[in-house]
Amino acid sequence: MTEIRLETRALRRHFGALVAVQEIDFKLAAGARHALIGPNGAGKTTFINLLSGALPASRGRVLLKGNDVTDKTQAERVKLGIARTFQINRLFRGLSVLENVCISIAERVGAAPSMFYPVGRRTDVIDEAMHLLDVLKLASNAAHRVSELPYGRQRLVEIAIAIGLKPEVLLLDEPAAGVPSTESHIILDAIERLPEHIAILIIEHDMDVVFRFAKRVTVMVGGALFAEGTPREIEANPQVRAVYLGQASRG
Amino acid sequence: MSTEAVPLPPVAATPGLDQPAARVLMWRHHLRWWEALPWLAAVAFYFIFPDYLGFATALLVTILFALSLDLALGYAGIITLGHAAFFGAGAYTVGLLAFHGIWTEPITSLALAALAAAVIGFASGVVLLRTQGLTLLMLTLCTMALLQEAANMAHDYTGGFDGLPSLDIAPLFGFFEFNPLYADTQYLYTLAILLVCFIFIRTLVYSPFGQSLTGIRENPLRMHAVGAPVRRRLIICYTISGAIAGVAGGLWAQTNAYVNLSALDLDRAATVLIILILGGYGRLYGAFVGAAAYLALEHFLARIYPTAWQLGLGLLLVIVALYARNGLLGLGEVLWQRYFVRRAAT
Amino acid sequence: MIAGIDVASILLGGIAAGTVLFIVSVGLSVTMGLMGFINLAHGAFAMFGGYIIVLAMNRAHFGFTVALALGFAATAALSVVLEQFLYRRLYRAGELDQVLLTIGLIFIFMAALTIVVGPQSQPLQLPPELGGQINLGFTQYRTYSVFLIVVGFFVVAGIWLAFERTRIGAQIRATVDNRRMAESLGINVDRLFTITFAFGSGMAGLGGGLGAEFLGLDPQYALKYLVYFLIAVSVGGLGSVVGVYYASLLLGALDFVLKLYLPKGGTIFIYVLTILLLLWRPQGLFGRKAT
Repeated sequence: MTEIRLETRALRRHFGALVAVQEIDFKLAAGARHALIGPNGAGKTTFINLLSGALPASRGRVLLKGNDVTDKTQAERVKLGIARTFQINRLFRGLSVLENVCISIAERVGAAPSMFYPVGRRTDVIDEAMHLLDVLKLASNAAHRVSELPYGRQRLVEIAIAIGLKPEVLLLDEPAAGVPSTESHIILDAIERLPEHIAILIIEHDMDVVFRFAKRVTVMVGGALFAEGTPREIEANPQVRAVYLGQASRG
Repeated sequence: MSTEAVPLPPVAATPGLDQPAARVLMWRHHLRWWEALPWLAAVAFYFIFPDYLGFATALLVTILFALSLDLALGYAGIITLGHAAFFGAGAYTVGLLAFHGIWTEPITSLALAALAAAVIGFASGVVLLRTQGLTLLMLTLCTMALLQEAANMAHDYTGGFDGLPSLDIAPLFGFFEFNPLYADTQYLYTLAILLVCFIFIRTLVYSPFGQSLTGIRENPLRMHAVGAPVRRRLIICYTISGAIAGVAGGLWAQTNAYVNLSALDLDRAATVLIILILGGYGRLYGAFVGAAAYLALEHFLARIYPTAWQLGLGLLLVIVALYARNGLLGLGEVLWQRYFVRRAAT
Repeated sequence: MIAGIDVASILLGGIAAGTVLFIVSVGLSVTMGLMGFINLAHGAFAMFGGYIIVLAMNRAHFGFTVALALGFAATAALSVVLEQFLYRRLYRAGELDQVLLTIGLIFIFMAALTIVVGPQSQPLQLPPELGGQINLGFTQYRTYSVFLIVVGFFVVAGIWLAFERTRIGAQIRATVDNRRMAESLGINVDRLFTITFAFGSGMAGLGGGLGAEFLGLDPQYALKYLVYFLIAVSVGGLGSVVGVYYASLLLGALDFVLKLYLPKGGTIFIYVLTILLLLWRPQGLFGRKAT
């Protein structure tokens, strides 16, 4: 049994009378490649928001490596090693790709509050950023302004910013969403090359991606966990086929 | 953060730093030759136009005020219509101290003006910077209006609508008099303070802190997600910006030797906003270009025919909003690119 | 306690002032709610309409009703032109550009009216049947104020009904609620905005004329009352007609009472209350939570 990185206990979130996430018990192992699937409105993004601390939980606990982080803010959880990407790009659009990554790295290494020396003197930050861009095959775009990049490349920057935080747990919210299928392999290649020890939870709609990437799959329906297993088990699960896979193939 | 297995170890040799993008970032804060121009022009002005030093002093004060706004609005993206609150706080600090004969030494008075404005910036920032958009706009506007009403009501101390006339400012270093007829001292003093404040602001915006402010401006949600204490940074920025606006207000009071309610006016807040956007915000020198262009036009046109000035200004704002969103500096940059860089490339 | 003047007249005076505020501000609230466009020139539209109405009566000798209709139509028409040629280009731009554009428009309006009509204040000559006092049973009061209150009541009822009962009203509500959703449902948001913008600006023009009697009408109008219009809208809640009505009445009544009893610096309370209220409810009294 591998070590558990991230765990939730009876995690719940409601908005007024609407229960978006109900009593979820979930475990993410070290080095996991775990996919979270489910129909639209199943509460997947809300669940990620609860894990990252963007939303406070209504009830239940979130544990990182056994430590309760339920009451920690998003910024504190980032420091503890939880990073995320967004379903819709949230980038520093007017800045260069390099700066986008530098901002994230500067935040991690604690450079960001410094007021009295220039950014350019932190060559360690810049160097690490360039190296990271190199690994993600973004180095040729480093000087470009994000808003000038094609959408698929912007999705890579989205991931680069998160990796710059050197997370132990990485939450990827539909990393290939909106990317033309001809380009989505770039994103997938990048994800597959991520360091092995990072525990990755990925929300994805594309079943091919899920089955190629994930070693474990959790199905969420109506705000609750519906099934969990290996991709093969999930694929073979008749109930899952009924509520989800069938619907996906129809849609 | 964990110390185990660093996922992407930086390689020993650093070929990354040789790449153009990295070099741009590493050299960005270095001084360019043209950055000396405004200061050379200011010194030249002193010798060439000794009769216009009063006007030029007002221009320097306006530049400083616009720079303070640039820090909050141009860099951190705090959209405010109430920046005159800090200008007024600084002006009234200097004015009250001098008028009631408590403290008249100019430099320490300015420090106190900065402090008073910083306190107001911090207090209002803690409360207001949770909001954004129209709500923030309204809250900054109302805070300023509130201070103005308060200054109006405290008639016994502030002189109410009439303000505090003929302030007695002690000579600079006990020697250089602030003479209302010859603005030499005022001009050089204001220029020196502007230079000091400018160096501070320039250092700040090129620092990692400044970079994180631009990150907040570009995308606050993402800044939260990379673990930045967004609100704390905004409050720090707002406080510093307020303090500098307070210095500008203090200078205004000292060099004019009076304070009145116009220091806290919506008109003043709107004008500095216009000046900054006209020159180009988020780029330091926009404040210089905007203030010079605005005050020069106002100086020559408003005297002749004020309504035409208003009409012209209105048209100019509409044109800038529609066609020159990066202000005059942005426009200049585009032209520069078009005619020089392209020609050099071919 | 309240010596000399009875409570009823204070209330009536305040509500009449609030009604004018409402008629001017309601369009601003709906258009800002729809598009998120910060239109600081809304007060300039009110001023423009007011000028048309007053000039139509004073110089062309039209009747009051005809002048009002003319003011509404002229302001609505002008606003559509401006919307098509200027506003439209900045829908998706930042707040700063919108602020700059509309401040520019304010200056243009102020300068143009100064040049064409003159810097002096334009008096509104009320028709004789609205000029006197009216017996309300419990008190005697100025006919015009009572007329304003009644008009305001019908306006709010009319707009509310239009919002709740008509197709276009439903579309507006849906769009204020969630613009992206509305667009995906096939609502033509741009066209909807043009219509609402024209109507809202026309109402502002109407309000400028109706309120000229006690707010005055000079080229400074567009800036002088801007803060009040903005307070009414932000306190009431963007896109909420009823919210703006209540906020306007509250603001009008408060201002009336304060001017009466605290002529020096009474407005400080209005600013304090606005700040507190917006801190408590950033989206305003009746606004939907921003998404």
